[in-house]
Amino acid sequence: MKGQAVAIALVIAVGVLMLVMMNGLVRSLEDTRTAYYERHRLAKVFAPLQRAPQSLLTRAAEIEGVTVVTGRVTGSALINLPGQRLPLSAQAVSLPDQGEARLNDIYLTSGRRPDPAHEDEIILLQDFAKAHGLRPGDPLSATMHGARRTFRIVGLAQAPEFLYSAAPGEFVPDDARFAVIWMSQSALAAVYDMKGAFNQLLLGIAADSSLPAILDRVDNLLQPYGGLGAYGLADHVSNRFIEEEINGLRVSSRTVPPVFLAVAAFLLNIVISRMIRAERSQIGLLKAFGYRDIEITLHYLKFVAVIAVGGALLGCFLGVLSGRSLAQVYQSYYKFPFLLFQIDPLTFLVGILVSILAAAAGGVLVLKSVFRLTPAVAMEPPTPADYSRSLLLASFLKRWLDQPGRMVARRLLRQPGRAAGGVVGIAAGMSLAVAMLNVMSAFDQTLELSFNLIDRSDLSVSFVEPLSDKVVFELQSIDGVIEVEALRTVAVRFSNGQHRYRGAIIGLPVNARLNRALDDRQQMIPMRTEGVVLGTALADVLRVKTGDILDVDVREGRQPQLQIPVTGVAETLIGAPAYMALDSLNRVLREPGRVSGAYLRIDSAKQAAIYHRIKALPSIAGVSLKQDAREAFQKLIDSSAGAVRYLMAAIAGVITFGIVYNSARIAFAERARDLASLRVIGFTRGEAAFVLLAELGIITLLALPLGGLLGYFLVFAISEGFSTDLYRVSAVFVPQSYGIAALAVIVAALLSGWLVKRDIDRIDLVSALKVRE
Amino acid sequence: MDSDSTAIAYSTSGLTKVYGEGSAAVHALRGVDLKIPEGELVVLLGASGSGKSTLLNILGGLDQPTAGEVLFFGQNLSRMDDGDLTLYRREHIGFVFQFYNLMPSLTARENVELVTEIADSPLTAEAALALVGLSERIDHFPAQLSGGEQQRVAIARAVAKQPRVLFCDEPTGALDSTSGRQVMAVLEQVNQMLGTTVVIITHAATIAGMADRVIHFADGQIREIGLNSEKCSAQDLVW
Repeated sequence: MKGQAVAIALVIAVGVLMLVMMNGLVRSLEDTRTAYYERHRLAKVFAPLQRAPQSLLTRAAEIEGVTVVTGRVTGSALINLPGQRLPLSAQAVSLPDQGEARLNDIYLTSGRRPDPAHEDEIILLQDFAKAHGLRPGDPLSATMHGARRTFRIVGLAQAPEFLYSAAPGEFVPDDARFAVIWMSQSALAAVYDMKGAFNQLLLGIAADSSLPAILDRVDNLLQPYGGLGAYGLADHVSNRFIEEEINGLRVSSRTVPPVFLAVAAFLLNIVISRMIRAERSQIGLLKAFGYRDIEITLHYLKFVAVIAVGGALLGCFLGVLSGRSLAQVYQSYYKFPFLLFQIDPLTFLVGILVSILAAAAGGVLVLKSVFRLTPAVAMEPPTPADYSRSLLLASFLKRWLDQPGRMVARRLLRQPGRAAGGVVGIAAGMSLAVAMLNVMSAFDQTLELSFNLIDRSDLSVSFVEPLSDKVVFELQSIDGVIEVEALRTVAVRFSNGQHRYRGAIIGLPVNARLNRALDDRQQMIPMRTEGVVLGTALADVLRVKTGDILDVDVREGRQPQLQIPVTGVAETLIGAPAYMALDSLNRVLREPGRVSGAYLRIDSAKQAAIYHRIKALPSIAGVSLKQDAREAFQKLIDSSAGAVRYLMAAIAGVITFGIVYNSARIAFAERARDLASLRVIGFTRGEAAFVLLAELGIITLLALPLGGLLGYFLVFAISEGFSTDLYRVSAVFVPQSYGIAALAVIVAALLSGWLVKRDIDRIDLVSALKVRE
Repeated sequence: MDSDSTAIAYSTSGLTKVYGEGSAAVHALRGVDLKIPEGELVVLLGASGSGKSTLLNILGGLDQPTAGEVLFFGQNLSRMDDGDLTLYRREHIGFVFQFYNLMPSLTARENVELVTEIADSPLTAEAALALVGLSERIDHFPAQLSGGEQQRVAIARAVAKQPRVLFCDEPTGALDSTSGRQVMAVLEQVNQMLGTTVVIITHAATIAGMADRVIHFADGQIREIGLNSEKCSAQDLVW
């Protein structure tokens, strides 16, 4: 009984662990984010533009619902670090000359704010500085607005708008390859030729104001100043990524713990009912002495409570521990200056109460059936379990099975609900394992697809603004460059009636080789002339289909408003892209021969010389080595998301073993007497064990296909849960994952079988037979 | 019955069984010397804890003595390992317990077949059940039988393999007098018709009347062995 109580308590503990950890993480991330945003006054509306005079700010402040207005200067920069092969991408952001920023202020972690009197003073993003060993007082060389300058670091900072900071054109944050440089407004305005002007408008708005109305007013206001489209905090990239992470966690926290608690309740139910049946004569005796039903019920509930509370407390403790360590992972990943793992005390209470209720439900039902008996009857030995209904199968059983075989078959058939419970329980554990293994494979597959199939270049460059396609020849002429392929991305706002989406159109050469648009069968998506091909997810958001005309507001350059036909919808592997043939894109923009970046394949032997040449090119906004991007992605998989999936896989293992082992223990406890009888009659240990282990084997074998099937649907559910309009997580099915999960179940069954077989071998024949049921 | 002219089924010498160690040690058997001739109906009488069940368990191959030896037709049981003892029980021994120990998931016939499937020259299940007077209830499950009927199925199961020895531990302990008398009649019949050596443990002193040999146990030792020259029939037992 002890081992079994511990095993059940562990399953409860795992359920509560997940509940506490996930709810805690969701709450901690939300609270921390909110506190961080409020403390540093993150804007609610962001509006990039070409250039507007400071005087426009007073007009912006007049917009209804706007509470705070700030205009600042931002620009792209390249950092040249000694020893680095290539320049590193950075964003330069202005801070007010005096005092703190009214919106989007920084969190200064060391040093001081720049003195506007010294134009070379900057504050650097802390994590970038850390990655390169830079400290306040160090010099930093950066190229801004085409000119190389040397700055002096006076402070390090973090900021709520850069919680998630990835280099332009990359998915995954990499501390070492993306920097933010803060400078005083006057100094940065001087660099970017923005004296008395600004190119980003930030707004704080009243809680009850209408965001769409404000965005429209801002767009109208900025229209003459090259407004690139205002957007709310919800569309801010950094916020959006963290929002999705929280949503993913929330999905898991609502689905995973209940499964574990249900399984634990099922197991406890069986164990408690078995215990109460075994003790029914004692219950009869207690009733004969005059104990009331409620008193006896409370006695058994105490036993249930010990297991449930013990498991729940352990789960709370482990949940806090694992929550804390995961919180640290999240903190460094999202660059929160602090992330306190907080738990709503209610979560503990819910965890413990749900555990007790689930456990008690089983016990109370069985007690009720015992209480229906008079004390005298209860003290009699129970009549043997009635198998007479299974006679229906008599002729079938007779023809095919010997007596031990019939025992196994009749037992399974007599309580099909219970056998089914065991099957479903094991299958649930296995499905979790299948799903987790598939999720792991999905990450690996994404990595493989992104960096081997889709992107076959060695490096990519992006330009500060679209350039003439002559730059392709310029790049091509560098010694060692084997192949160059241009692309153009254009920021746009898609709209179809009320359905809108801020995104980009990617223009690719019709016969792209280095960076290809692939569909879900890894085939090239054909680019037709004069039309846009949308990813399925994007088409869904916009509610358009092939043949429809899409309104496209271009958010750069002349900002034309276009109507482009949808010439195809493709199930894409990653993201929600919109593709056009490069030539067609330029034609509809009336900007022939323009490119915004290029993919390069190079001779690795000449890499140093090539990097040197590229470094010297003006108008380069960023250079990204595929190898670096790939490593950053791998690091991501191995750290944050990776930590969770390994944890989940381990938990799937625990639950599968817990169920298999408990089923075996329960079956053994119920049949110890039968097994002893068989041994006395002259059955060998193996022959007696067959009766028990065959049952376990059949339940396990039935669970395997069901577990595979449940796993299949769980993979869909998980990929649905984690998919957003921004990012589609494809449901990946890897045959091996079924094999591995099935193998894990079989190993768990064999191990449980072996443990129980040891007990069968040790049965004390004499005492097992002497004691009445 | 003269023990010199018939084969000796069991012969024990200095049979000792101690449970536990040191001050907690319990001496269940204290050097028992005993001979049981083949074909007899033997009754073991004694108070609870007198050692009679321990003796039966050792003779039946369910337990091993701490010291001394047991010979079964000259074969030393005390030197057998678990596998040999299993084979010994399988081939030669039948057991009947107070609580029947039938498989609830098997019918009366199947419970008997459980044994006939692994025995060398068994009776048919039908014959064994006819012997205990249960031909009519052959396809009933234990849950559909009374206590006395269940015990008779247990006896049928025990004798179906045609064991050389049948051990019965309180076979009537859980039965009313009518059922008890029926069960004893069946045991008597098995002893007389099949020639099976039957060893019965009981609290009911009256049962001693139908035995060839009555062994009185107390404190782990044999106090007295009585031989009945005049046996009464099971039907005449007064409960």
